[in-house]
Amino acid sequence: MSSTSAIQVLSAGRRIQIARSADRPTDELWLDVPALADLTGWHLKPEGLCKGEVCVPLAGAATDFLDGDEICASGLWKELQRPVLHDSECETWMLGEAAKDRARQLDTLEAPDFELPDIDGKLHRLSDHRGKKVLLVTWASW
Amino acid sequence: MPVWQALYDELKDQDFMIIAVAMDSRGLSAVSGPIRKAGTTYISLLDQDHVVSDLYNMTNVPQAVWIDEAGRIVRPTENAGAAMGFNLRKMRKTRQIYLDAIRDWVALGADSGHVFSEEEARAHTPVFTAAIAEAHASFHLGRYLQEKGSSREAASFLRRAVDLNPDSWNFFRQMKNLEHILGSGGPEFMMRARRASKAGKEYYPLPDMATMAEVAD
Repeated sequence: MSSTSAIQVLSAGRRIQIARSADRPTDELWLDVPALADLTGWHLKPEGLCKGEVCVPLAGAATDFLDGDEICASGLWKELQRPVLHDSECETWMLGEAAKDRARQLDTLEAPDFELPDIDGKLHRLSDHRGKKVLLVTWASW
Repeated sequence: MPVWQALYDELKDQDFMIIAVAMDSRGLSAVSGPIRKAGTTYISLLDQDHVVSDLYNMTNVPQAVWIDEAGRIVRPTENAGAAMGFNLRKMRKTRQIYLDAIRDWVALGADSGHVFSEEEARAHTPVFTAAIAEAHASFHLGRYLQEKGSSREAASFLRRAVDLNPDSWNFFRQMKNLEHILGSGGPEFMMRARRASKAGKEYYPLPDMATMAEVAD
């Protein structure tokens, strides 16, 4: 069975492409630390894995997922009970967000920010509209 | 869309914005026609991965969140004043009450009776479970695989999202729509809707507003 050398990694806000490493098992996703931050917003700091003001301490088994500048994102995500999924060829991965992080965000009542395109491809952020009342409303064609 | 456009025209000079987000995995081809035809001047965005549903724990369309000038949620995710079309009078009345509530909020701000206290807002926020988080990840991956042409594998991830969060009409109807462009309202949908209704889960629950009393059953 042949496999391509590129791996797509998705998160709720982004997608990156990385090269497959011959030194790593196919069913593990290894990223360099800045790539993980770029993709998920989670940064590795001395106090643990942090996003904004929230930090998840990395202790015990979780530290095994570090190897030099690289991090086994799939193992770490499982250890931290975050959704991690891949296709059958391990060519496309999804690193999801934990329910407790989503719930914590909503509990602050700070509206979660996002960036999405309009139909001309121009990107808009919710936070561009600070100073106005915003009715955020969904619809669908289906 | 004409409803939101009329409301926007009426209130736009009062520091008010409407951001309408299309939960549409088929992308531009599905939404650009309707948006151009409606000539909307409020902000209309495309969300192929349903990221906004993920962030705000949404499960149906139309759902809305009220966000104040400081970027704080004053009414979390709820039905944006929709009601079933078979009762035309109730449908129109429900929508009118909802639009009046928005007018009241835009005029009075935090003094509007429709603005929740922080405690009320938290109590009205739908509970984000681990299954819901897993469902969003599965939907997101399925959506991407579908776009890449891996339809069969995509289908299993999309189905898994539906199974993990059976209360999400967005996952179910989008999945059916990706299978077939007219698939979102077919017999399987009718069956699910009937089953949900029997279980006391209304398709369009009334927003929790005192002014909705006159359309409550």
